Amino acid sequence: MPTGVLDQLGRGLLLTVEMTALAFAGALVLGVLLAVCRISPVPPLRLAGAAYVTAFRNIPLLVLLVLFVFGLPEVGLLYPLFATVALTMALYWAAFVCEVVRSGVRTVPRGQIEAARALGLTFTQCLRHVVIPQSLRSMVQPLGNVFIGLTLGTSLAAAVGVPELTGQAQLVTLKYDNPLTSFALTTVVYVAITLTSGVIAGRIERKVAIKR
Amino acid sequence: MNDDQLFDAPGPRARRRIRIATAASLLVLAGLLALALRQFAAHGQLAAAQWQMFTQWAIIRFLLDGVGQTLLVTAVAAGLALPLGALIALVRLSRSRWARALARGYVELFRAVPLLLLLYIFLFGLPRAGLTFPVFWQLVIPIVLGNAAALSEIFRAGVLALDRGQSEAAYSLGMTYWQAMTWVVIPQAVRRLVPTLVSQLVRLLKDSTLGYVVSYLELLHKAQVLGEYYHSVLPTYLVAAACFVLINTALSALATWLERRRCT
Repeated sequence: MPTGVLDQLGRGLLLTVEMTALAFAGALVLGVLLAVCRISPVPPLRLAGAAYVTAFRNIPLLVLLVLFVFGLPEVGLLYPLFATVALTMALYWAAFVCEVVRSGVRTVPRGQIEAARALGLTFTQCLRHVVIPQSLRSMVQPLGNVFIGLTLGTSLAAAVGVPELTGQAQLVTLKYDNPLTSFALTTVVYVAITLTSGVIAGRIERKVAIKR
Repeated sequence: MNDDQLFDAPGPRARRRIRIATAASLLVLAGLLALALRQFAAHGQLAAAQWQMFTQWAIIRFLLDGVGQTLLVTAVAAGLALPLGALIALVRLSRSRWARALARGYVELFRAVPLLLLLYIFLFGLPRAGLTFPVFWQLVIPIVLGNAAALSEIFRAGVLALDRGQSEAAYSLGMTYWQAMTWVVIPQAVRRLVPTLVSQLVRLLKDSTLGYVVSYLELLHKAQVLGEYYHSVLPTYLVAAACFVLINTALSALATWLERRRCT
């Protein structure tokens, strides 16, 4: 196997990791904001949050990618390809993070919140000491799934021309004519990423679980 | 259940605050919309010429044909992935350790491989080994392989979530393992799984957009062809996105309806 193969795949992997990290961080921030909008008592914010989630969960990621990469330059919004793709991924997965956070908040029994209020805790205190610690626990596993989905989803960037891991695997195949090694290697890398993410999510979940 | 649980019924002061926040957020949202419209107008994307084509029947039919192809890919892929997923789930729940390990390996592998990589293998890898499928199957087979793994996990979770008393009761009636599975466990599990299965179906439909990569003329690829031909990339992709939202919300609504019908 030529050393160029490993070199190119390595560069692809680096790009995948960068994209995953950026997109996941962005999705977390935006997703939490969206969830706050959706559970706030302000009707327009709730509506806007719901509309956002409906739209972005139902549009396929690839459609969003071509829309942002090839469509936005038409209205004068031309940014570097990598930034556009990472932003698109963040916007897409934010909708899923929002739903995870929202259902996480729902797992806190109503009585807990009522009890907190009956004890005289203010809204912020109630969130800080009662709701958030309890709901974070139930969000670990679903957020882990979002992370895995996002990692695998970054491969779609190859379809719009970002040479990340999947894209490099294809390029290497065309260049060195060795489909078996490059595709097998790439598969192994993806399996490794997915398995470790799953294990780490499980660890965190067990660590924060309430021991009875 | 709704999302009101964090709040008491608001008093007069809170109501006033909510009114102020409502007005402020309306202003911000309207401002964002105006900004977007201005950006569109500044580059001539709001001109009637850009959008007029969507009133022509020939173009509507072209796109509808794409919707049909998307639905066809979805239907065929789902029709193959559902039984395959159920089969894998059954093998994973079977008593033979080797069969279980094999099925587990399949699921772990195909849940961890991105669909696009799988597609590239079918597009660039297998033809080198002398295996070339028609374009339709180059798209459908990877979707089936990937979704069967996800579906098998859904089925397995559904079977495991069923109250143990159900299968215990079946055994105590003298049923064998497979009889209990066929007559007691599976019918109940499947009925509970309808909403989850439909959301997986939505995911599968979204996967069908990969026809864009293999040049299969489903909705997204048709939108690309149309947009590039008429030099109206943005409007066409927006229309395609709206179509996907419509189809998928219709599917989800169907799931809600099925679920409600089951409950009554």
